[in-house]
Amino acid sequence: MRRLGPFVLEPRLSPSRAAVLGVSLGAVVFALLLAAAVFYGYGRNPWQAYAQIGRGVFGSWPSFSEVLRRAIPLILCGVGLTLAFRAQFWNIGAEGQLLAGAVAATGVALFLPVPEGWRLPLMFLCGFLAGGLWAVIPALLRVKLAVNDVISTLMLNYVMAYIVEWLVHGPWKGPTMRGFAYTDRFPLTAQLGWLPGTRVHWVTLALGVVLALGVAFLLARTRLGYEIRVAGQNPEAARYAGINFTAVFALVMLLSGGLAGLAGVGEVAGIHRMLRSPSHISMGYGYTAIIVAWLARGNPLVAVFTALFFGLLFAAGDHMRIALGLPFQIVGVFQGLIFFCLIGFEILLSWRVGLARKGRAWSGQIGS
Amino acid sequence: MVWADWLVSTVSRALAFGVPLLWGTLGEISAERSGVINLGVEGMMILGAFTAFAVAFQTGSPGLGLLAAAGVGGVAALFHAFLSVTLRANQYVSGLALSIFGLGLAGLLGRGWEGKPLAATLPSLALPGLSRIPVVGPMLFQNQTVLTYIGIVLAFLLWLLLFRTRWGVAIRSVGESPATADALGINVTLVRYLCVVFGGLLAGVGGGYLSVAYRPAWTEGMTAGMGWIVIALTIFAAWDPLQAIWGALFFGALYHLSYRLQAFLAPELLKLMPYLFAVVVLALSGFGGARWRRRAPGALGVPYVRGER
Amino acid sequence: MVGRLHAPTPLPSRPALVLLKDITKRFPGVVANDRVTFELRPGEVHALLGENGAGKTTLMNILYGLYRPDSGEIWVKGRRADIRSPRDAIRWGIGMVHQHFKLVLPHTVAENVALGLAGTPFWAPARAVAQKIRELSQRYGLPVDPDRRVWELSAGEQQRVEILKALIRGAEVLILDEPTSVLTPQEAQELFKVLSRMKEDGHGIIFISHKLDEVLSVADRITVMRRGRVVGTVLAQETNKTELARMMVGREVVFRLTKSTCQPGEAALRVQDLYARNDRGLWALKGVSFHVCRGEILGIAGVAGNGQRELVEVLTGLRRAERGKILLLGREVTNRSPRLLSDLGCAHVPEERIRMGIVPALPVEENLILKRHHRPPFCWRGLLRPRAIRSFAHRAVEEYAILTPSLRTPAKLLSGGNIQRLILARELSGRPAVVIAAHPTYGLDVGATEQIRQLLLRQREEGAAVLLVSEDLEEILELSDRIAVMFRGEIMGIVSAGEASLEEIGLMMAGERRSPVRSEGT
Repeated sequence: MRRLGPFVLEPRLSPSRAAVLGVSLGAVVFALLLAAAVFYGYGRNPWQAYAQIGRGVFGSWPSFSEVLRRAIPLILCGVGLTLAFRAQFWNIGAEGQLLAGAVAATGVALFLPVPEGWRLPLMFLCGFLAGGLWAVIPALLRVKLAVNDVISTLMLNYVMAYIVEWLVHGPWKGPTMRGFAYTDRFPLTAQLGWLPGTRVHWVTLALGVVLALGVAFLLARTRLGYEIRVAGQNPEAARYAGINFTAVFALVMLLSGGLAGLAGVGEVAGIHRMLRSPSHISMGYGYTAIIVAWLARGNPLVAVFTALFFGLLFAAGDHMRIALGLPFQIVGVFQGLIFFCLIGFEILLSWRVGLARKGRAWSGQIGS
Repeated sequence: MVWADWLVSTVSRALAFGVPLLWGTLGEISAERSGVINLGVEGMMILGAFTAFAVAFQTGSPGLGLLAAAGVGGVAALFHAFLSVTLRANQYVSGLALSIFGLGLAGLLGRGWEGKPLAATLPSLALPGLSRIPVVGPMLFQNQTVLTYIGIVLAFLLWLLLFRTRWGVAIRSVGESPATADALGINVTLVRYLCVVFGGLLAGVGGGYLSVAYRPAWTEGMTAGMGWIVIALTIFAAWDPLQAIWGALFFGALYHLSYRLQAFLAPELLKLMPYLFAVVVLALSGFGGARWRRRAPGALGVPYVRGER
Repeated sequence: MVGRLHAPTPLPSRPALVLLKDITKRFPGVVANDRVTFELRPGEVHALLGENGAGKTTLMNILYGLYRPDSGEIWVKGRRADIRSPRDAIRWGIGMVHQHFKLVLPHTVAENVALGLAGTPFWAPARAVAQKIRELSQRYGLPVDPDRRVWELSAGEQQRVEILKALIRGAEVLILDEPTSVLTPQEAQELFKVLSRMKEDGHGIIFISHKLDEVLSVADRITVMRRGRVVGTVLAQETNKTELARMMVGREVVFRLTKSTCQPGEAALRVQDLYARNDRGLWALKGVSFHVCRGEILGIAGVAGNGQRELVEVLTGLRRAERGKILLLGREVTNRSPRLLSDLGCAHVPEERIRMGIVPALPVEENLILKRHHRPPFCWRGLLRPRAIRSFAHRAVEEYAILTPSLRTPAKLLSGGNIQRLILARELSGRPAVVIAAHPTYGLDVGATEQIRQLLLRQREEGAAVLLVSEDLEEILELSDRIAVMFRGEIMGIVSAGEASLEEIGLMMAGERRSPVRSEGT
């Protein structure tokens, strides 16, 4: 127990779900309050701005559908990251894994001679494998050579981004694109359909939701899921229990990176219909997904909803740019603020704050 | 003689490009030696780069710009210290948040500054006497700004501080075993705050160097992952400020060569070299096994809570 | 007993060196110190005796400024002291040697001593204190090389560094928390000599222990604590073991467990000429050979850090053997995976129960299947089978009397005794052929300790081969049928428990090889 002025802090050994939800919501609200200062800085009334954004985003189905469209890659990447984070593997590389998936999908779409009916399924499969294998590299590096996972996953983001740059400027540059750094447009059989009146490539969306359920099942009810949880919570105990780290981490990262790879497939086949500069394909979805997974606290099902929230934020960014004349970079600041507040509020989960009273007994420990 | 000229200019440019890496790495060494890993270097550097540019542009003084960059870097690091030391947040996550926030904020504030020319840049400074030495002179002591020299001196000073002074014993002890330091009356929180904020100051200057000295202009995302290279360099240098000089020089050379060798290889593929090498270098040091890992401060990344239940 | 609560004071004129008055300290769920009063006079060794969890260490951590008391007063040399941090405590002349040493292992002895030491120069502080270290170690008989790195030192040497650290800071009061737990009996005698030298110089020493014999031999006065309260303070000369034990535990204590005679069967675990390195790449095991039979307990005695940890790790597949053989039930299992060993029937009760033995955040039921989660009935074609897990957990919790609110409760919420019972339930319920138990009762209270020991004895009776590694000599003597003593990675000798004398084992712990005539070999 610690005393801090009139307050006492008591350690909270295992926070309830309600506490987690309350604290997380509190953090987000607090971040939005802080963000109000940014609006003031730009001479806008923040409350009017929020109202306007709300009306803009929720005003019509087509504009709301943009939330869904933005959320699709975030769901896939975010769900993948929850898996990695549950194994305490710091996968900061979803961005690069997404791009790897996009590259593989483009290769299949443009260059692979396959029956047209097979093209899209094969694009998803290859995208998954490309993202997954790209992510297995840091897993093996960490298990075999003790290379810090944060660094290796991050560095591979840059490597993959430059590979994409090279492809679109060099070997894959589309002859029909009049000098732009794009590949050729995908054939129709390599394009994903949109929900009517929107740009929501629903196949990827459905895939994301189904895979979130799948990952949740994997974690809770399978042997691999159990081993992931043990390895993540207490690596020493995992060693003691004879769990094979190489296999567990390689599988985790194959799945985690694979999901991000699928997001990449969705972006190129569903939105751009070509491969182009990495900053256009991703907009930092892989980084935002870190916050998505963190806010979801490693729960893949919750990650679907937190991804929707950040999809909303991206969609709001579009509105702010168009309706309020604010730069799109404001989204990045919002994300940073939310992330900061989440982390700062975390302490409320491990410590219960109360008013100091005398003779207060609390029994969190069960006697022997 | 052609290759000799080539070598001289390559080393000279490598050194110049290594300066921001050196400053950043020295800062990260300072933080990590006290047991706090700060993944926010990228964010601190980009904020430093923007601040230095904006202040130098407005005041016409690159020196003032760099000072302001140091200040901003320090304040950003203070956030990280508050979250990770006082609130005991996960240091990885807190640092990542700082990077995301820094990149976002610098991008937001920097709109409208892109493409503006900076009249007042940090001048090159040839060291009298030393710059006349053949080969070595032009390699090391010409066409360098004052930050090159200060950076190298700083590396030596930081080494002295860490390994030859009372403060150094305290800092390293806090990084190895905070409980021990605490039991002997060292203020663990204070030491960590100071080390992290000092690291932020240096990272800010490192970022500022990019925008007022190396390439006097502001572009969004101009640090391009240097902050992450710094984290890798810190491991590569085994938390030793003197080895950081070599590491910075090596990666500076990689960056520089990615411009230099464009006749031979696609520029995009050259540009990914530093990042690829960062992974390769860490993997190679992993072959050394326990020998390398042991040198990481024992309490790195672990928030300190006094043993009270 | 009540009449002796406050023994007559021979030195009324001098104020007490330390007076703790009515100290109360609460932790969530427990009152660690309940109105505790304790007094230390100059020139005395005052022992603080009590079981694990009686509140001794808490009280001393309060005196040393690591904890703040909820109420009560601290007086030092007749003045009210407000000790908020170790720094304050040092200023008041109080030094403490913690049970787990507070040393920076990669640093040199001198750097450790210089850390936070007032009056050291800014530049090269280590060099400046080295001279002073030599002087003090001469004066008190505490030989130690200031330039060595601490991790290279033995536990006994590290303890000397800790004592020097306190002395160099001018400590008049020295608190020693369970100081003999890392020493051989002979080293302990050396320590007692150092303490008496310090006593002559007018220092006061607080000696925390739960061992009756050593308290009687080293202390002038003894204060006994039980469940956070002081039971009484007695003069060492006027008391005896039985009385102290009664005060400590609160009832009559039987000093010996009842144990059937040993009827060893075939050798279940056989170790031949085993070599292994420690984490630093140095040899930790140098040619260890022994065997354990079904139906017997082989105790491994020795001072901490003589290769016991590495031995257990090699035997359980957690560390590579560089040379030698391990045979489990006649099958060679050298350097096989922990999973295979466990599947073959080798149970492991690990030394660090929370760090290694459980997954703190996972619920009790999932902790109970760790190691067997990959096999039927708990797992089928990669899928977990919750119903089988639940029913097994139900039975285990009942049979091993694990107190838990529910099977879904995270294991970290359990008390130490219950965590250990959980581990034993998991390890023993598969009817293992070999049980390797490392420090199974370390840090547990008397009740839990007794239970755990009974469980191990039951395993022996049911025909398991038990390898018991412990630093607690009493425990080894009480449970083992044969005792092997380790020193610097070698076995100094194996004796049968009946013929072992404490002195002989002590000599072996200090590195004296048992005369080959009586050695039974392997």
